[in-house]
Amino acid sequence: MNMNMTAVARKWPDIHPREFLVMAAVFWVALYWALAPASEALVAALPVDRASHLGGALQFFVYDTPKVLLLLTGIVFVMGMVNSAFTPERTRVLLAGRTEGVANVMAASLGVVTPFCSCSAVPLFIGFVQAGVPLGVTFSFLIAAPMVNEVALTLLFGLFGWRIALLYLGLGLSVAILAGWVIGRLKMEPYLEDWVRDMPRIVARADALRLTLSDRVEAGFAAVREIVGKVWPYVLVGIAIGAAIHGYVPETFMASFMGKDKWWAVPLAVIVGVPMYTNAAGVIPIVQALLAKGAALGTVLAFMMSVIALSLPETVILRKVLKVPLIATFVAVVTAGILLVGYVFNAVL
Amino acid sequence: MKNIKVLGTGCANCKNTIKLLEAVAHQKGVEIHVEKVEDIQAIMRYGIMSTPGVVIDEHVVHAGGVPSQSKVEGWLAGGDAS
Repeated sequence: MNMNMTAVARKWPDIHPREFLVMAAVFWVALYWALAPASEALVAALPVDRASHLGGALQFFVYDTPKVLLLLTGIVFVMGMVNSAFTPERTRVLLAGRTEGVANVMAASLGVVTPFCSCSAVPLFIGFVQAGVPLGVTFSFLIAAPMVNEVALTLLFGLFGWRIALLYLGLGLSVAILAGWVIGRLKMEPYLEDWVRDMPRIVARADALRLTLSDRVEAGFAAVREIVGKVWPYVLVGIAIGAAIHGYVPETFMASFMGKDKWWAVPLAVIVGVPMYTNAAGVIPIVQALLAKGAALGTVLAFMMSVIALSLPETVILRKVLKVPLIATFVAVVTAGILLVGYVFNAVL
Repeated sequence: MKNIKVLGTGCANCKNTIKLLEAVAHQKGVEIHVEKVEDIQAIMRYGIMSTPGVVIDEHVVHAGGVPSQSKVEGWLAGGDAS
């Protein structure tokens, strides 16, 4: 029964992908607009006073949860379709043989749209270096790919608004571009593991992709299954925390030790964040809690970046291809970049 | 019998790929031999840039992410029936 239903559900978009996309878009928009009145009605039907703390918290939860999940599903689906055109192999062709500078900018930007899983970091790294992508450019990609992606941006947009999402995008790309450029300037090639340096050079090429619209729709579905399926519990916890402290913890609670006027708040946030290992979604509940209670934005974004961009497991994986001085440089340069972001942010805003 | 190698450093997707391969093979009654390749140098010899990769009789047929069920069914159906 269940098998039959999924078979039918998968065949229809497959045969009529265009009609499916139009219908899905209409349905999505309708659902999105209906959310606010529907959540108000739902809370009104409950025996709680809408004006009370509890009423406010409930309204926040029943509105924000479907809103963020809907946004996430929609954007992950569209990005899944877009991403299907950016395989690592094609990205490598675009970057191979370019000189640094512009290539760092390209690499960081491609990192945003190329699907990337941290367990692929090593094969990707070797594949890039082997095809003659400069080391610093490779790092720009490797830093941007996990840190700046559609999940992080959607969650920031859904929970904190487009301004914070855009700032995160701009600053994340800046860190990736600058850190990669600096690593390139340091001429660290001797610190690749010997077997990596000795691998035969290859000419990057990628077969032309012939993706039909239904292939792309299929890729969109796959992305939703894989990403939303994994991420939704974190989103739920994040919003629940946001709702729970929606009036129960004093607004300025965090400001006393994570406010703008504390110069040591940024380094502390980064030092705590670097060894932590989680994805963009996992860190959202913490970000939610910190921001809601008056921690400075730059400090919180620096924390978020350090958690996502650098982690202990990743450095252990990279150790297979990099010698210790290069890993240390990588961690130091990225950390410095994130620190700078935190300070600049706190100073400007 | 098909010789299948799954290339990957041991992440969740690699394990899911192996499970899927075995499930489909079992369902179709195809005999397969699955070998896990976890050594990074061995993986890189196949020239893939994202894991998990799937190699059937020394041909790379897939790289990056868990393959779809229909894709796996295609691999196991195609080729010789020995």
